[in-house]
Amino acid sequence: MKIVVPIKRVVDYNVKVRPLGDQSDVDLNNVKMSMNPFCEIAIEEAVRLKEAGTATEVIAVTVGKKDSQEQLRTALALGADRAILIECEELLEPLSIAKVLSKVIEEEDPKLVILGKQAIDGDNNQTGQMLAALLNFAQATFASKVIIEDDVAVVTREIDGGLQTIKIKLPAIVTTDLRLNEPRYASLPNIMKAKKKELDIRPIEDLEIDVSSRTELLSVELPPERQAGIKVESVEELLNKLKTEAKVIS
Amino acid sequence: MSILVIAEHDNSNLKPATLNTVAAASEISPLVHLLVAGNSCQSVTDECSAVEGVEKVLLADDVAYENQLAESIANLIKSVSSDYTHILAPATTFGKNILPRLSALLDVQQISEIIEIISEDTFKRPIYAGSCIATVKSNDSIKVITVRATAFDPVNTSGGSATVDSISAEGVSDLSSFVGEEIAKTDRPELTAASIVISGGRGMQSGDNFHLLETIADKLGAAVGASRAAVDAGFVPNDYQVGQTGKIVAPDLYIAVGISGAIQHLAGMKDSKVIVAINKDEDAPIFQVADYGLVADLFDALPELSEKL
Ligand SMILES: Cc1cc2nc3c(=O)[nH]c(=O)nc-3n(C[C@H](O)[C@H](O)[C@H](O)COP(=O)(O)OP(=O)(O)OC[C@H]3O[C@@H](n4cnc5c(N)ncnc54)[C@H](O)[C@@H]3O)c2cc1C
Ligand SMILES: Nc1ncnc2c1ncn2[C@@H]1O[C@H](COP(=O)(O)O)[C@@H](O)[C@H]1O
Repeated sequence: MKIVVPIKRVVDYNVKVRPLGDQSDVDLNNVKMSMNPFCEIAIEEAVRLKEAGTATEVIAVTVGKKDSQEQLRTALALGADRAILIECEELLEPLSIAKVLSKVIEEEDPKLVILGKQAIDGDNNQTGQMLAALLNFAQATFASKVIIEDDVAVVTREIDGGLQTIKIKLPAIVTTDLRLNEPRYASLPNIMKAKKKELDIRPIEDLEIDVSSRTELLSVELPPERQAGIKVESVEELLNKLKTEAKVIS
Repeated sequence: MSILVIAEHDNSNLKPATLNTVAAASEISPLVHLLVAGNSCQSVTDECSAVEGVEKVLLADDVAYENQLAESIANLIKSVSSDYTHILAPATTFGKNILPRLSALLDVQQISEIIEIISEDTFKRPIYAGSCIATVKSNDSIKVITVRATAFDPVNTSGGSATVDSISAEGVSDLSSFVGEEIAKTDRPELTAASIVISGGRGMQSGDNFHLLETIADKLGAAVGASRAAVDAGFVPNDYQVGQTGKIVAPDLYIAVGISGAIQHLAGMKDSKVIVAINKDEDAPIFQVADYGLVADLFDALPELSEKL
């Protein structure tokens, strides 16, 4: 069973992002970039399925600029067998990314595609579901447990009220939630080995897909700031303030 | 300009986030329709037709929609989509699961989790865990949108008198099937609907210690939430998580106990009216957003707070 894992290069989760001076976009100059944390979980799940003998090959794919190779190398160091970069200088919208990914998946013909539930830059939470629609695949989003049984997967999903378990026919799309697994760190020998693994770079134009934008980013601004509050000295004083000043408890 | 809002429900009751979504829709147009897809969901339909500002309810009552699996529901919505300029759903795990699938079926770029409507095609939404707010214009002919419930005051549950049109099941899919669910039962209010929320973090040290928060919650009529660290450590179930990738809450009062205040946590609670932080580290970032900060050991402060309430 082949597994494809689409990953995204994003601003590291520790960075506090700010708008550019002219508010035309966010300021990404000289900020630390990493693999999207939910994609690390996706890679980890695929690699564990391979280690368990369920999967035969794990392929990491990204749609992005040349420098996204860095994250693909990380994926290879974490255990992916090969990687594909669909090179594109612009940042695409989720619908376009899903269209590009669907082409790659048609070519690769995997049984399972594991994505992150959300990229922590745009916080869109769309690509996996869109990809499932374009391929007419079943989808299991926000997965916290995945069990493969022949031609189906049984997936437990984190939903607002608790947990839901569904059965999906393969090939299918799974998107990862935080509790699916705890990703490993890449070891030095594996980082060295990853340098020799196959990383195929293809210009996006070769896929002949219309990836023009449907939306326009008009501006990016800071959210309204909260007024700094005060420190209280005791539980007594806290209760007093909540009753008489804030009037939120009686 | 008619707008379709996808009702979230459990076949017996309408979920409150639907009311906030109707409120957002009503800002765009007075012609708001609600789609109820479910099984034996007459009581939900009754609730929906009474909702303020709803003109028509579309009811697809069929066993195929019992568990609202994405494949079938997205196909159903697509079958009625040509009558609408906008299709909205709450940005809950329900809406987030279904709407992007619909969006791709319609060849539309969805706008996720809007917090403000500037015009019928322009919206504000948080990006990068709420560090920035983007203003985005959609050029698609149908706008597919998820709505952050806390950003819109809910419409009333009564006052409406919508007509009900039954529609037949369309595009039922057998790609997925329901196996089971574990829905937490609690007598406390729902996290996203509560007017007071008290949340615990890693500082709570164990699931047992959450009793300290629960006694206070019960005295205040509050819901109990948690940071990711507390959920990951297994102190409480996943549906307690507040934050960028958990639930978004904006109660009148949010009490953060033993939570450091990482940006991913703040993303889920910083629009609360009043924020209280109890933390033993006076430099914890949570104090920068707290209206009232108490530097104390939670194991001293919580019993005292409970006693004095
Ligand atoms: C992709 C991604 C998504 C994420 N999504 C979320 C999310 O949705 N929600 C979320 O919450 N986090 C999320 N996080 C995690 C986030 O970055 C933080 O790691 C997390 O919020 C920390 O939880 P915490 O504050 O409970 O733990 P810590 O940061 O460890 O803080 C514990 C706090 O407890 C205090 N404390 C300890 N003992 C006591 C005591 N006895 N009395 C009083 N105070 C005490 C300490 O001083 C400390 O400030 C996400 C991270 C990533 C990478
Ligand atoms: N440019 C991209 N290339 C490959 N995969 C992507 C890309 N953007 C998003 N994804 C995948 O889609 C998931 C959800 O992203 P999003 O829909 O943007 O929140 C990510 O975790 C990735 O698995």
